[in-house]
Amino acid sequence: MDYQSSELCRFTTAGSVDDGKSTLIGRMLYDSKSIFQDQMEQIEASSLRRGESEVNLALLTDGLKSEREQGITIDVAYRYFATPKRKFIIADTPGHIQYTRNMVTGASTANVALVLVDARNGVVEQTRRHAIIASLLQIPHLVVCINKMDLVDYKEEVYEEIKEDFEKFAAKLDVKDVHFIPISALKGDNVVHRSDAMDWYDGSTLMYYLENVHIASDYNFIDPRFPVQYVVRPNTDEHHDYRGYAGRVAGGIMKKGDEVMILPSGFTSKIKKIDSFDGELEEAFPPMSVTVLLEDNIDISRGDMIVRVNNQPEVTQDMDVMISWFNERPLTPNGKYTIMHTTQEARCMIKEVKYRLDINTLHRDLENKEIKMNDIGRVTLRITKPLFVDAYRKNRITGSVILVDEGTNETVGAGMII
Amino acid sequence: MDYQLNHLRELESESIFILREVAAQFENPVLMFSGGKDSILMVYLAQKAFYPGKIPFPLLHIDTGHNFDETIAYRDALVKKTGARLIVGSVQEAIDKGMVVEEKGVNASRNGLQTVALLEALEKGKYDAALGGARRDEEKARAKERFFSHRDEFGQWDPKNQRPELWNLFNAKKQYGEHFRVFPISNWTELDVWQYLAMEKVELPSLYYAHKRDVFERDGVLLADCEYIQKKPGEVVKNMMVRCRTIGDMTCTGVWPSNATTTEDIIEEVATTRMTERGGRTDDKRSETAMEDRKKKGYF
Repeated sequence: MDYQSSELCRFTTAGSVDDGKSTLIGRMLYDSKSIFQDQMEQIEASSLRRGESEVNLALLTDGLKSEREQGITIDVAYRYFATPKRKFIIADTPGHIQYTRNMVTGASTANVALVLVDARNGVVEQTRRHAIIASLLQIPHLVVCINKMDLVDYKEEVYEEIKEDFEKFAAKLDVKDVHFIPISALKGDNVVHRSDAMDWYDGSTLMYYLENVHIASDYNFIDPRFPVQYVVRPNTDEHHDYRGYAGRVAGGIMKKGDEVMILPSGFTSKIKKIDSFDGELEEAFPPMSVTVLLEDNIDISRGDMIVRVNNQPEVTQDMDVMISWFNERPLTPNGKYTIMHTTQEARCMIKEVKYRLDINTLHRDLENKEIKMNDIGRVTLRITKPLFVDAYRKNRITGSVILVDEGTNETVGAGMII
Repeated sequence: MDYQLNHLRELESESIFILREVAAQFENPVLMFSGGKDSILMVYLAQKAFYPGKIPFPLLHIDTGHNFDETIAYRDALVKKTGARLIVGSVQEAIDKGMVVEEKGVNASRNGLQTVALLEALEKGKYDAALGGARRDEEKARAKERFFSHRDEFGQWDPKNQRPELWNLFNAKKQYGEHFRVFPISNWTELDVWQYLAMEKVELPSLYYAHKRDVFERDGVLLADCEYIQKKPGEVVKNMMVRCRTIGDMTCTGVWPSNATTTEDIIEEVATTRMTERGGRTDDKRSETAMEDRKKKGYF
């Protein structure tokens, strides 16, 4: 295997036990030989002890004692498997309790969202909810897996009807790339191997799709953004005047010689060198971690952003965000929170709650605007100092914020800049 | 030009980002160094993150006193090469001070006692972040671990009440006396680690490569014959070609029959093996939730 040309693909799965989500994950891990013998023996023994007649593949992902006791997934679980073409990270999120919080967390870094539909039930509330969250979080690719096809006699009409239903609803969403695959996770149809029972389907299997979906352009390569994370100053004889700005490229392509502007100061300079442990680089692009050196001696520190003179983000203290709320204590209108954005930190006030979004119907509720745990709503923020932002649609890194409770230090909300 | 990193470079970049975030957001971080390949990888990534500067935090080794000789030799050479500062926390000292009582019997191990020595060392150094090389693919409780994992003033982990982590925004806020455990290589698998170490030509302790050693079998695991483990009647010592997949204390680190003498051999072996690497760790076999139980108390 040529592991040096393999890419990393992150995907989320959402659904409840009944959708066959665990079976699907189990199938992918099993068929890609990612379940180890001792893991299998361990869950076989646990299943037996719990009086279950079949091996419960959900035990692979439900790692915590309380999850095993209650038979539910509480938290996002990360699973890993690799094929010769790609390494996959699955963020497996529970479908029932705290669904939004966990799904939003898993979705924030995903390239692909897998939405499971039970072929017998068609598009239900939970399907819509998952699709809406995938759309809000701008997951670039959405795959609707119409599962349990074996229980509807592998009928094309069932598949077509569900597909049509979903497309009608998805027209209201902001998703660019939707794919439909009829599968049976239990029997293995169209998961890794092509199904013999569905001649009428000439699309790819789920695994083929995951291995080949074009993820190379999921980052923004157009608008150069470099949030300064850390200043490297070795202060050694050898590197006496070295002053490097370490960070991870958040957007665009940065090249040696580029004319750049530093925010918030507005000073301009040129990129003298893009440095790394492995030597000097000609250019850097997302998501590379590099160290940038400039021609001029300018006072730059963590939280500053290096951008292009002719391509700047919005510099603002006021913004509207779609906020997903995580905490048992509801969002306090006019409340103050710490806000974190790229490598910046400030305080903010919730100036106005515009509406609460019903994440089952997309209805904007203007009457009951209380944002409680697992709710999503649109709010206006006033920030104590200017942040350098892009719309979330344009850049998921420079377009996202989190809110932190100033008393408990908990992360209470995640916001996508509109 | 194709603007796409391979999976190893993307993991590397993510880990470097986390390491820099730790240096930026904490006042007094420390890197927990066990001498195993994961902590060797961590030191290597930290070198990259702060190049050409030195690693801006010390390495902390919790010494059980039951180490493989090779581990200590490697550790000392690495410290010399990188110019990093080394701090050693001693389990023997904790025992001598009466803070912990040594386990008795043939299965006695100092693995659990490490937690006490670790928390003592963290408190003594007033470290507010301890960087660890744990990976989510290692064990089911670790699959739920955050990059930035909050610990209360007793060093305990509350898995049901973890902070959500989104995008690349990491919340390191804490009350006085609390600290964080940070796991920069969370998303790496065992295979990723080996592929990366091979790609970067990183030198590892000889224990990881197949070598001849006196071993005996207990509960389906091969253990190295040494003065720290009492053998039960009927346990027979054999000389075999073996290698370590993880390196911990000698009393709980299983060795595996192997003929893999190069890193490429090991990649081949890891890619086709049917057992997880912690399958050789007797400390995980004590109960189904042994790792979660130890982690809640403040284990690595």
